[in-house]
Amino acid sequence: MGVFVDAVRYIAANSDRFLEALGIHVGLALAALGLGVLIGVPLGIWAARSRIVSSVSLNVLGVLRVVPSLAVLVLVFPYLGLGFRTALVALTVLAAPPVLINTYVAYRDVDPAVVEAAVGMGMTRGQILRWIETPLALPVVLTGVRTAAGEVVASATLAAFIGGGGMGEFIVNGLAVNNVALLLVGAVPVALLALLFEGVLAVPEHLARRRVTS
Amino acid sequence: MTYLTENWDVVLRLTWEHLYLTGLVLITAVALAVPLGVVLAHFRRATTPALGLLGVVYTIPSMALFALLIPVTGLGTKTAATALVAYSQYILVRNTVAGLRGVDPAVEEAARGMGMTGWQMLREVRLPLALPVILAGVRVAAVTVIGMASLAAWINAGGLGVLLFQGLYQYHPVKMWTGTVLIGAIALAVNRVLLILETKARHWAGAG
Repeated sequence: MGVFVDAVRYIAANSDRFLEALGIHVGLALAALGLGVLIGVPLGIWAARSRIVSSVSLNVLGVLRVVPSLAVLVLVFPYLGLGFRTALVALTVLAAPPVLINTYVAYRDVDPAVVEAAVGMGMTRGQILRWIETPLALPVVLTGVRTAAGEVVASATLAAFIGGGGMGEFIVNGLAVNNVALLLVGAVPVALLALLFEGVLAVPEHLARRRVTS
Repeated sequence: MTYLTENWDVVLRLTWEHLYLTGLVLITAVALAVPLGVVLAHFRRATTPALGLLGVVYTIPSMALFALLIPVTGLGTKTAATALVAYSQYILVRNTVAGLRGVDPAVEEAARGMGMTGWQMLREVRLPLALPVILAGVRVAAVTVIGMASLAAWINAGGLGVLLFQGLYQYHPVKMWTGTVLIGAIALAVNRVLLILETKARHWAGAG
């Protein structure tokens, strides 16, 4: 229990540093998640409409799936240098695939009969996308966003290795100077942050699912 | 490429360490998860809280999980293996429960009618029928563990992650790429082998 007391004392004494790292961690994760959605959703919808796009993107993602998150982070470094921007690029690479895959599957699996009926009612393609396909696809897309969120919160911890800042810095420093309390200063908030992201993002997913099934 | 020709013995040793760690983790994890899944498939009320708890562990970022274990198990393979086993429990237990629950009740009824005991039914009917789903879980867990094991190098547990960290700290891209390609190749190969076993098990379950 002593180490927990030490960890809390450290946070109290270094609250500005702690909050700054927390802010960077959350900012990095949210920015990467946002970019991942901006890339993944349009590509996913396009893949659902085009066989070529789907086969190319599924092949690329199949390869990307076996590349460890740590490798993505370190591999970006020789080309972009150290820092926040490099970490953001790497995290976006990790965030986009789950969003893309789920968007692709969700739009692909919209019942063609429903779309057919909408065409028969005289809806334009844009209207069908906005009012028919997107509401039906949304729950599965949001599951992908939640998966991506878990990935970026976790990998933002690894960003400390490439000078990206965030809570991982306490963990890296804690291990380097053999300070168990410092390890906990990084690890416990990161674990809670991951659970928080997971919990918060489950809400819109749940709502979207209820709307579809009702 | 001169790096590879001059240091193939090091690369080979790290590859072996990586395979050893992930093999050890997967065998231990399956040995824990399958009995746990069998018990949970029986006690329906306990399933949701138990999977919820394992889900929490699964959500904790690997680096945080490693860091939380260091005060308990110290640096090295023990910590890396414990974290990876704990992490993969969610996938493995969930699939074991789903596989066992998916067995047609009529088949179980027929086995009971033939006078099979609970153990016989489990061993000869329910587990073989659940095997494809269990193996699908093992496959997902294996690919995840192979990737995550690269972080083991950070806590002195060796493996191909050593090449990633050395590449980073020595500014040596060839080392990074060597590590990445080898880890990816191992994951792809293991994925392929388990996929074949899964298909075999599915045929077998369908024919049986």
